Amino acid sequence: MDQIRPVSPGASSSEGAPGAPALGELLRLSSRGDQGAFAALYDATSRRAYGLALRVVRDPAQAEEVTQEAYLDIWRTASRFDPDRGSALSWVLTIVHRKAVDRVRSAEAASRRDVTYHQENQPVEHDSTAEAAEASLEARRVRGALQNLTEVQREALELAYFGGYSHTEVATMLDLPLGTAKTRIRDGLIRLRDAMGVGAA
Amino acid sequence: MTSDIHALSGAYAIDALDDIERARFERHLAECGECRAEVDSLREAAALLPETTTAEPPAALRDRILAEVATVRPLPPIVPAADTEPSAESGGSRGRRRWLAPLVAAAAVVAVLGAGGVAWHPWTDESGQGPVTSAADRVRNAPDAVTVTRKVDGGEATIIASKSLNQLVVSTEGLPPLPTGKVYEMWLNDADKGMVPVPGGLMTAADSTVVLDGNVSHATGAGITVEPAGGSKVPTSDPVALFNLENA
Repeated sequence: MDQIRPVSPGASSSEGAPGAPALGELLRLSSRGDQGAFAALYDATSRRAYGLALRVVRDPAQAEEVTQEAYLDIWRTASRFDPDRGSALSWVLTIVHRKAVDRVRSAEAASRRDVTYHQENQPVEHDSTAEAAEASLEARRVRGALQNLTEVQREALELAYFGGYSHTEVATMLDLPLGTAKTRIRDGLIRLRDAMGVGAA
Repeated sequence: MTSDIHALSGAYAIDALDDIERARFERHLAECGECRAEVDSLREAAALLPETTTAEPPAALRDRILAEVATVRPLPPIVPAADTEPSAESGGSRGRRRWLAPLVAAAAVVAVLGAGGVAWHPWTDESGQGPVTSAADRVRNAPDAVTVTRKVDGGEATIIASKSLNQLVVSTEGLPPLPTGKVYEMWLNDADKGMVPVPGGLMTAADSTVVLDGNVSHATGAGITVEPAGGSKVPTSDPVALFNLENA
Protein backbone atom coordinates (compact mmCIF):
# COMPACT_ATOMS: atom_id res chain seq x y z
CA MET A 1 0.00 0.00 0.00
CA ASP A 2 2.71 2.45 0.82
CA GLN A 3 5.12 1.52 -1.89
CA ILE A 4 5.79 4.26 -4.31
CA ARG A 5 4.31 3.55 -7.66
CA PRO A 6 6.36 4.18 -10.72
CA VAL A 7 5.57 7.56 -12.07
CA SER A 8 3.57 7.18 -15.19
CA PRO A 9 5.09 9.38 -17.78
CA GLY A 10 2.51 11.08 -19.93
CA ALA A 11 0.41 8.86 -22.07
CA SER A 12 1.95 7.48 -25.19
CA SER A 13 -1.03 5.70 -26.63
CA SER A 14 -4.64 6.62 -26.90
CA GLU A 15 -5.33 4.23 -24.05
CA GLY A 16 -2.98 6.03 -21.74
CA ALA A 17 0.51 5.18 -20.69
CA PRO A 18 1.57 2.11 -18.82
CA GLY A 19 0.86 3.11 -15.27
CA ALA A 20 -2.05 5.34 -16.16
CA PRO A 21 -4.55 2.67 -15.20
CA ALA A 22 -2.76 2.41 -11.88
CA LEU A 23 -3.30 6.11 -11.26
CA GLY A 24 -6.95 5.70 -12.15
CA GLU A 25 -7.18 2.85 -9.67
CA LEU A 26 -5.53 4.97 -6.98
CA LEU A 27 -8.12 7.67 -7.64
CA ARG A 28 -10.88 5.12 -7.37
CA LEU A 29 -9.57 3.89 -4.04
CA SER A 30 -9.13 7.47 -2.85
CA SER A 31 -12.77 8.20 -3.59
CA ARG A 32 -13.59 5.51 -1.04
CA GLY A 33 -11.47 7.21 1.57
CA ASP A 34 -8.32 5.13 1.15
CA GLN A 35 -5.63 7.48 2.41
CA GLY A 36 -2.81 5.10 1.55
CA ALA A 37 -3.88 5.06 -2.06
CA PHE A 38 -4.10 8.82 -2.02
CA ALA A 39 -0.58 9.06 -0.64
CA ALA A 40 0.63 6.83 -3.48
CA LEU A 41 -1.23 9.02 -5.96
CA TYR A 42 0.44 12.07 -4.46
CA ASP A 43 3.87 10.47 -4.67
CA ALA A 44 3.34 9.57 -8.29
CA THR A 45 2.12 12.98 -9.41
CA SER A 46 3.35 15.66 -7.02
CA ARG A 47 6.58 16.56 -8.81
CA ARG A 48 4.59 17.47 -11.88
CA ALA A 49 1.83 19.15 -9.88
CA TYR A 50 4.13 21.22 -7.71
CA GLY A 51 6.42 22.02 -10.63
CA LEU A 52 3.44 23.23 -12.62
CA ALA A 53 2.08 25.33 -9.76
CA LEU A 54 5.51 26.81 -9.19
CA ARG A 55 5.94 27.63 -12.84
CA VAL A 56 2.62 29.43 -13.00
CA VAL A 57 2.56 31.30 -9.70
CA ARG A 58 6.37 31.56 -9.33
CA ASP A 59 6.33 32.11 -5.60
CA PRO A 60 7.20 28.87 -3.77
CA ALA A 61 4.95 29.61 -0.79
CA GLN A 62 1.99 30.24 -3.04
CA ALA A 63 2.87 27.24 -5.17
CA GLU A 64 2.61 25.11 -2.06
CA GLU A 65 -0.78 26.57 -1.23
CA VAL A 66 -2.04 25.99 -4.73
CA THR A 67 -0.75 22.42 -4.68
CA GLN A 68 -2.39 21.79 -1.33
CA GLU A 69 -5.74 23.21 -2.47
CA ALA A 70 -5.58 21.15 -5.63
CA TYR A 71 -4.85 17.86 -3.87
CA LEU A 72 -7.66 18.47 -1.42
CA ASP A 73 -9.98 18.99 -4.36
CA ILE A 74 -8.64 15.84 -5.96
CA TRP A 75 -9.29 13.89 -2.77
CA ARG A 76 -12.74 15.35 -2.37
CA THR A 77 -13.86 14.89 -5.97
CA ALA A 78 -12.02 11.67 -6.87
CA SER A 79 -15.35 9.92 -7.42
CA ARG A 80 -16.01 12.31 -10.29
CA PHE A 81 -13.03 11.17 -12.31
CA ASP A 82 -14.32 9.56 -15.50
CA PRO A 83 -11.73 7.29 -17.15
CA ASP A 84 -13.70 7.39 -20.39
CA ARG A 85 -12.92 11.05 -20.77
CA GLY A 86 -9.19 10.99 -20.22
CA SER A 87 -6.27 9.82 -18.15
CA ALA A 88 -6.05 10.21 -14.41
CA LEU A 89 -2.85 12.19 -14.77
CA SER A 90 -4.51 14.69 -17.06
CA TRP A 91 -7.46 14.98 -14.67
CA VAL A 92 -5.14 15.69 -11.75
CA LEU A 93 -3.03 18.23 -13.63
CA THR A 94 -6.10 19.98 -15.03
CA ILE A 95 -7.23 20.65 -11.47
CA VAL A 96 -3.78 21.87 -10.44
CA HIS A 97 -3.53 24.12 -13.46
CA ARG A 98 -6.95 25.64 -12.88
CA LYS A 99 -6.09 26.40 -9.25
CA ALA A 100 -2.79 27.97 -10.25
CA VAL A 101 -4.41 30.14 -12.91
CA ASP A 102 -7.16 31.18 -10.51
CA ARG A 103 -4.49 32.19 -8.05
CA VAL A 104 -2.54 34.40 -10.44
CA ARG A 105 -5.71 35.94 -11.83
CA SER A 106 -7.13 36.79 -8.41
CA ALA A 107 -3.76 38.17 -7.35
CA GLU A 108 -3.84 40.17 -10.51
CA ALA A 109 -7.28 41.50 -9.79
CA ALA A 110 -5.99 42.66 -6.44
CA SER A 111 -3.03 44.47 -7.91
CA ARG A 112 -3.77 44.93 -11.54
CA ARG A 113 -0.98 43.93 -13.82
CA ASP A 114 -0.15 46.43 -16.50
CA VAL A 115 1.76 46.35 -19.70
CA THR A 116 5.06 45.94 -17.91
CA TYR A 117 4.32 42.26 -17.65
CA HIS A 118 5.32 42.17 -21.28
CA GLN A 119 8.99 42.51 -20.50
CA GLU A 120 8.97 40.63 -17.24
CA ASN A 121 7.39 37.50 -18.48
CA GLN A 122 7.90 37.38 -22.11
CA PRO A 123 9.69 34.31 -23.31
CA VAL A 124 9.00 31.60 -20.82
CA GLU A 125 12.51 30.81 -19.88
CA HIS A 126 13.60 27.47 -18.55
CA ASP A 127 14.33 27.97 -14.92
CA SER A 128 16.29 25.73 -12.64
CA THR A 129 13.26 23.58 -11.88
CA ALA A 130 12.96 22.86 -15.56
CA GLU A 131 16.61 21.92 -15.64
CA ALA A 132 16.00 19.39 -12.94
CA ALA A 133 13.60 17.65 -15.25
CA GLU A 134 16.04 17.56 -18.11
CA ALA A 135 17.02 14.03 -17.31
CA SER A 136 13.54 12.70 -17.81
CA LEU A 137 13.18 10.83 -21.03
CA GLU A 138 9.57 11.82 -21.27
CA ALA A 139 10.44 15.47 -20.80
CA ARG A 140 12.82 15.17 -23.70
CA ARG A 141 10.12 13.61 -25.84
CA VAL A 142 7.73 16.44 -25.00
CA ARG A 143 10.38 19.05 -25.74
CA GLY A 144 11.04 17.31 -29.02
CA ALA A 145 7.37 17.34 -29.88
CA LEU A 146 7.18 21.03 -29.01
CA GLN A 147 9.83 21.64 -31.66
CA ASN A 148 7.24 20.62 -34.23
CA LEU A 149 5.16 23.62 -33.34
CA THR A 150 5.73 26.90 -35.07
CA GLU A 151 7.47 29.55 -33.03
CA VAL A 152 4.23 31.45 -32.55
CA GLN A 153 2.25 28.37 -31.61
CA ARG A 154 4.80 27.41 -28.99
CA GLU A 155 5.05 30.88 -27.54
CA ALA A 156 1.30 31.32 -27.40
CA LEU A 157 0.83 27.92 -25.79
CA GLU A 158 3.54 28.48 -23.19
CA LEU A 159 2.40 31.97 -22.27
CA ALA A 160 -1.15 30.75 -21.83
CA TYR A 161 -0.38 27.49 -20.05
CA PHE A 162 2.65 28.39 -17.95
CA GLY A 163 2.07 32.13 -17.80
CA GLY A 164 -1.61 31.85 -16.93
CA TYR A 165 -2.49 34.54 -19.43
CA SER A 166 -5.75 34.65 -21.32
CA HIS A 167 -5.63 34.25 -25.06
CA THR A 168 -6.42 37.93 -25.56
CA GLU A 169 -3.54 38.89 -23.27
CA VAL A 170 -1.33 36.50 -25.19
CA ALA A 171 -2.37 38.13 -28.46
CA THR A 172 -1.32 41.52 -27.13
CA MET A 173 1.93 40.22 -25.70
CA LEU A 174 2.91 38.59 -28.98
CA ASP A 175 1.58 41.41 -31.15
CA LEU A 176 -0.83 39.05 -32.84
CA PRO A 177 -4.06 40.28 -34.39
CA LEU A 178 -6.78 39.99 -31.76
CA GLY A 179 -8.48 36.65 -31.95
CA THR A 180 -5.62 34.74 -33.52
CA ALA A 181 -3.86 33.66 -30.34
CA LYS A 182 -6.67 31.25 -29.54
CA THR A 183 -6.16 29.61 -32.91
CA ARG A 184 -2.41 29.36 -32.35
CA ILE A 185 -3.01 27.79 -28.94
CA ARG A 186 -5.42 25.26 -30.36
CA ASP A 187 -3.22 24.43 -33.33
CA GLY A 188 -0.24 24.05 -31.03
CA LEU A 189 -2.09 21.69 -28.72
CA ILE A 190 -3.31 19.63 -31.66
CA ARG A 191 0.21 19.29 -33.00
CA LEU A 192 1.51 18.32 -29.60
CA ARG A 193 -1.32 15.83 -29.15
CA ASP A 194 -0.72 14.24 -32.52
CA ALA A 195 3.05 14.15 -32.15
CA MET A 196 2.75 12.43 -28.77
CA GLY A 197 -0.16 10.23 -29.77
CA VAL A 198 -2.33 11.05 -26.78
CA GLY A 199 -6.01 11.70 -26.41
CA ALA A 200 -7.95 9.65 -28.93
CA ALA A 201 -9.34 12.38 -31.14
CA MET B 1 -19.49 34.89 -33.57
CA THR B 2 -20.89 31.43 -33.11
CA SER B 3 -19.22 30.45 -36.36
CA ASP B 4 -15.79 30.23 -34.78
CA ILE B 5 -16.72 29.31 -31.24
CA HIS B 6 -15.13 25.90 -31.84
CA ALA B 7 -11.81 27.68 -32.11
CA LEU B 8 -12.00 28.42 -28.38
CA SER B 9 -11.55 24.73 -27.48
CA GLY B 10 -7.78 25.00 -27.05
CA ALA B 11 -7.89 28.13 -24.94
CA TYR B 12 -10.68 26.60 -22.88
CA ALA B 13 -8.73 23.38 -22.33
CA ILE B 14 -5.87 25.32 -20.74
CA ASP B 15 -7.92 27.89 -18.82
CA ALA B 16 -7.05 30.77 -21.13
CA LEU B 17 -10.55 32.22 -21.47
CA ASP B 18 -11.96 35.03 -19.42
CA ASP B 19 -15.05 34.32 -17.34
CA ILE B 20 -17.52 35.52 -19.94
CA GLU B 21 -16.01 33.54 -22.78
CA ARG B 22 -15.74 30.54 -20.54
CA ALA B 23 -19.45 30.66 -19.71
CA ARG B 24 -20.29 31.11 -23.35
CA PHE B 25 -18.10 28.22 -24.40
CA GLU B 26 -19.48 25.96 -21.68
CA ARG B 27 -22.95 26.66 -22.98
CA HIS B 28 -21.70 25.61 -26.36
CA LEU B 29 -19.97 22.52 -24.94
CA ALA B 30 -23.24 21.32 -23.50
CA GLU B 31 -24.52 20.96 -27.04
CA CYS B 32 -21.41 20.04 -29.00
CA GLY B 33 -20.09 16.54 -28.47
CA GLU B 34 -17.34 17.19 -30.97
CA CYS B 35 -15.98 20.07 -28.91
CA ARG B 36 -16.27 18.03 -25.71
CA ALA B 37 -14.16 15.27 -27.24
CA GLU B 38 -11.69 17.80 -28.58
CA VAL B 39 -11.33 19.53 -25.22
CA ASP B 40 -10.72 16.16 -23.56
CA SER B 41 -8.02 15.28 -26.05
CA LEU B 42 -6.37 18.70 -25.85
CA ARG B 43 -6.28 18.42 -22.07
CA GLU B 44 -4.38 15.16 -22.49
CA ALA B 45 -1.91 17.04 -24.65
CA ALA B 46 -1.63 19.92 -22.20
CA ALA B 47 -1.02 17.48 -19.35
CA LEU B 48 2.28 16.59 -21.04
CA LEU B 49 3.64 20.07 -20.54
CA PRO B 50 4.30 19.81 -16.79
CA GLU B 51 6.67 16.99 -17.68
CA THR B 52 9.12 19.67 -18.76
CA THR B 53 8.99 21.58 -15.51
CA THR B 54 8.84 19.11 -12.63
CA ALA B 55 10.06 20.14 -9.21
CA GLU B 56 10.44 18.30 -5.93
CA PRO B 57 7.83 19.60 -3.49
CA PRO B 58 8.92 20.14 0.12
CA ALA B 59 8.37 17.06 2.27
CA ALA B 60 6.36 19.13 4.72
CA LEU B 61 3.80 19.81 2.01
CA ARG B 62 3.11 16.10 1.69
CA ASP B 63 2.63 15.81 5.43
CA ARG B 64 0.25 18.76 5.50
CA ILE B 65 -1.82 17.48 2.62
CA LEU B 66 -2.09 13.96 4.00
CA ALA B 67 -2.96 15.27 7.44
CA GLU B 68 -5.64 17.53 6.06
CA VAL B 69 -7.11 14.89 3.82
CA ALA B 70 -7.71 12.77 6.88
CA THR B 71 -10.24 15.34 8.06
CA VAL B 72 -12.15 15.69 4.79
CA ARG B 73 -14.77 13.30 3.50
CA PRO B 74 -14.64 12.49 -0.23
CA LEU B 75 -17.74 13.41 -2.17
CA PRO B 76 -20.04 10.53 -2.97
CA PRO B 77 -20.20 9.23 -6.50
CA ILE B 78 -23.08 10.38 -8.59
CA VAL B 79 -25.85 7.89 -8.06
CA PRO B 80 -28.91 7.59 -10.26
CA ALA B 81 -31.91 9.26 -8.70
CA ALA B 82 -34.02 6.53 -7.15
CA ASP B 83 -37.42 6.30 -8.73
CA THR B 84 -38.50 9.81 -9.47
CA GLU B 85 -39.83 9.20 -12.94
CA PRO B 86 -39.86 12.69 -14.35
CA SER B 87 -43.04 12.59 -16.36
CA ALA B 88 -42.44 15.49 -18.62
CA GLU B 89 -46.01 16.60 -18.92
CA SER B 90 -46.73 19.64 -16.86
CA GLY B 91 -49.67 20.38 -14.68
CA GLY B 92 -49.59 23.79 -13.19
CA SER B 93 -52.19 23.19 -10.54
CA ARG B 94 -50.58 20.29 -8.78
CA GLY B 95 -47.50 22.26 -7.95
CA ARG B 96 -46.79 22.23 -4.27
CA ARG B 97 -48.32 19.20 -2.70
CA ARG B 98 -46.74 16.75 -5.09
CA TRP B 99 -43.32 17.70 -3.91
CA LEU B 100 -43.78 16.22 -0.51
CA ALA B 101 -43.81 12.58 -1.51
CA PRO B 102 -40.70 12.70 -3.66
CA LEU B 103 -38.95 14.71 -1.00
CA VAL B 104 -39.62 12.01 1.51
CA ALA B 105 -38.34 9.47 -0.99
CA ALA B 106 -35.26 11.55 -1.53
CA ALA B 107 -34.75 11.75 2.19
CA ALA B 108 -34.94 7.99 2.37
CA VAL B 109 -32.35 7.62 -0.33
CA VAL B 110 -30.13 10.03 1.49
CA ALA B 111 -30.56 8.13 4.70
CA VAL B 112 -29.75 4.80 3.08
CA LEU B 113 -26.75 5.96 1.12
CA GLY B 114 -25.58 8.48 3.61
CA ALA B 115 -25.00 10.43 0.47
CA GLY B 116 -26.19 13.84 1.40
CA GLY B 117 -26.88 16.01 4.33
CA VAL B 118 -23.50 15.54 5.81
CA ALA B 119 -21.87 18.50 7.40
CA TRP B 120 -18.64 19.26 5.69
CA HIS B 121 -15.46 19.59 7.58
CA PRO B 122 -14.42 23.14 7.17
CA TRP B 123 -11.36 23.46 5.05
CA THR B 124 -8.67 24.20 7.49
CA ASP B 125 -6.44 26.23 5.28
CA GLU B 126 -3.35 27.38 7.02
CA SER B 127 -3.08 30.89 8.24
CA GLY B 128 -1.30 32.37 5.28
CA GLN B 129 -3.87 31.24 2.80
CA GLY B 130 -4.94 32.68 -0.50
CA PRO B 131 -5.84 36.29 -0.99
CA VAL B 132 -9.51 35.88 -1.69
CA THR B 133 -12.15 33.69 -0.18
CA SER B 134 -14.93 33.52 -2.69
CA ALA B 135 -18.54 33.73 -1.70
CA ALA B 136 -18.86 30.09 -2.70
CA ASP B 137 -15.97 29.11 -0.46
CA ARG B 138 -17.58 30.93 2.44
CA VAL B 139 -20.65 28.77 2.09
CA ARG B 140 -18.56 25.62 1.60
CA ASN B 141 -16.59 26.43 4.70
CA ALA B 142 -19.58 27.20 6.86
CA PRO B 143 -19.62 24.81 9.80
CA ASP B 144 -23.24 23.92 9.09
CA ALA B 145 -22.83 23.49 5.33
CA VAL B 146 -24.82 20.60 3.95
CA THR B 147 -23.89 19.10 0.61
CA VAL B 148 -26.28 17.12 -1.55
CA THR B 149 -25.63 15.91 -5.09
CA ARG B 150 -28.29 14.65 -7.44
CA LYS B 151 -27.97 13.10 -10.84
CA VAL B 152 -29.97 14.84 -13.53
CA ASP B 153 -30.28 12.74 -16.64
CA GLY B 154 -26.59 12.30 -17.39
CA GLY B 155 -25.53 15.45 -15.60
CA GLU B 156 -25.52 16.40 -11.98
CA ALA B 157 -26.42 19.20 -9.66
CA THR B 158 -24.83 19.79 -6.29
CA ILE B 159 -26.18 22.03 -3.60
CA ILE B 160 -24.19 23.26 -0.67
CA ALA B 161 -26.49 25.02 1.73
CA SER B 162 -25.76 26.89 4.91
CA LYS B 163 -28.57 27.82 7.26
CA SER B 164 -26.39 30.16 9.26
CA LEU B 165 -25.48 32.15 6.14
CA ASN B 166 -28.86 31.69 4.46
CA GLN B 167 -27.02 31.00 1.26
CA LEU B 168 -26.62 28.11 -1.07
CA VAL B 169 -24.11 27.26 -3.73
CA VAL B 170 -25.60 25.52 -6.74
CA SER B 171 -23.19 23.78 -9.09
CA THR B 172 -24.41 22.12 -12.22
CA GLU B 173 -22.52 19.95 -14.62
CA GLY B 174 -23.74 18.44 -17.86
CA LEU B 175 -27.41 19.21 -17.37
CA PRO B 176 -29.48 18.13 -20.36
CA PRO B 177 -29.86 20.94 -22.89
CA LEU B 178 -33.23 22.67 -22.83
CA PRO B 179 -35.50 23.57 -25.71
CA THR B 180 -35.51 27.28 -26.44
CA GLY B 181 -37.82 29.19 -24.19
CA LYS B 182 -37.11 26.95 -21.18
CA VAL B 183 -34.86 27.43 -18.17
CA TYR B 184 -33.95 25.52 -15.07
CA GLU B 185 -35.30 27.11 -11.92
CA MET B 186 -34.11 26.63 -8.35
CA TRP B 187 -36.61 26.34 -5.49
CA LEU B 188 -36.45 26.12 -1.74
CA ASN B 189 -39.07 24.09 0.07
CA ASP B 190 -40.01 26.50 2.83
CA ALA B 191 -41.32 24.86 5.99
CA ASP B 192 -44.38 27.10 5.94
CA LYS B 193 -44.79 28.48 2.48
CA GLY B 194 -43.97 25.43 0.40
CA MET B 195 -41.99 25.89 -2.78
CA VAL B 196 -40.61 29.37 -3.13
CA PRO B 197 -38.43 30.48 -6.02
CA VAL B 198 -34.84 31.32 -5.14
CA PRO B 199 -33.94 34.81 -6.33
CA GLY B 200 -31.49 34.59 -9.19
CA GLY B 201 -32.09 30.86 -9.42
CA LEU B 202 -32.66 30.62 -13.16
CA MET B 203 -30.07 28.53 -14.96
CA THR B 204 -29.29 27.35 -18.45
CA ALA B 205 -27.90 23.92 -19.21
CA ALA B 206 -24.39 25.37 -19.16
CA ASP B 207 -22.17 24.19 -16.34
CA SER B 208 -22.17 26.83 -13.68
CA THR B 209 -21.63 27.53 -10.03
CA VAL B 210 -23.69 30.27 -8.46
CA VAL B 211 -24.15 31.52 -4.94
CA LEU B 212 -27.75 32.35 -4.11
CA ASP B 213 -29.39 34.03 -1.17
CA GLY B 214 -32.47 32.34 0.17
CA ASN B 215 -34.21 31.54 3.38
CA VAL B 216 -32.25 28.34 3.87
CA SER B 217 -32.71 28.39 7.62
CA HIS B 218 -36.42 27.90 7.08
CA ALA B 219 -36.19 25.35 4.30
CA THR B 220 -36.43 21.59 4.52
CA GLY B 221 -35.34 20.94 0.98
CA ALA B 222 -34.65 22.31 -2.45
CA GLY B 223 -35.50 21.35 -5.97
CA ILE B 224 -34.93 22.15 -9.62
CA THR B 225 -37.66 22.26 -12.25
CA VAL B 226 -37.85 23.19 -15.90
CA GLU B 227 -39.83 26.39 -16.38
CA PRO B 228 -40.69 28.78 -19.16
CA ALA B 229 -38.03 31.44 -19.79
CA GLY B 230 -38.23 34.10 -17.12
CA GLY B 231 -39.12 31.56 -14.48
CA SER B 232 -42.33 30.85 -12.60
CA LYS B 233 -43.73 31.86 -9.23
CA VAL B 234 -44.90 28.32 -8.58
CA PRO B 235 -43.39 25.15 -10.05
CA THR B 236 -45.22 24.16 -13.21
CA SER B 237 -43.47 20.86 -13.84
CA ASP B 238 -42.21 17.92 -11.90
CA PRO B 239 -38.78 18.42 -10.38
CA VAL B 240 -35.78 17.07 -12.23
CA ALA B 241 -33.86 17.02 -8.95
CA LEU B 242 -34.76 17.15 -5.28
CA PHE B 243 -32.44 17.86 -2.41
CA ASN B 244 -33.14 17.08 1.20
CA LEU B 245 -31.61 19.74 3.41
CA GLU B 246 -32.81 18.51 6.75
CA ASN B 247 -30.06 17.83 9.21
CA ALA B 248 -29.27 14.24 8.39
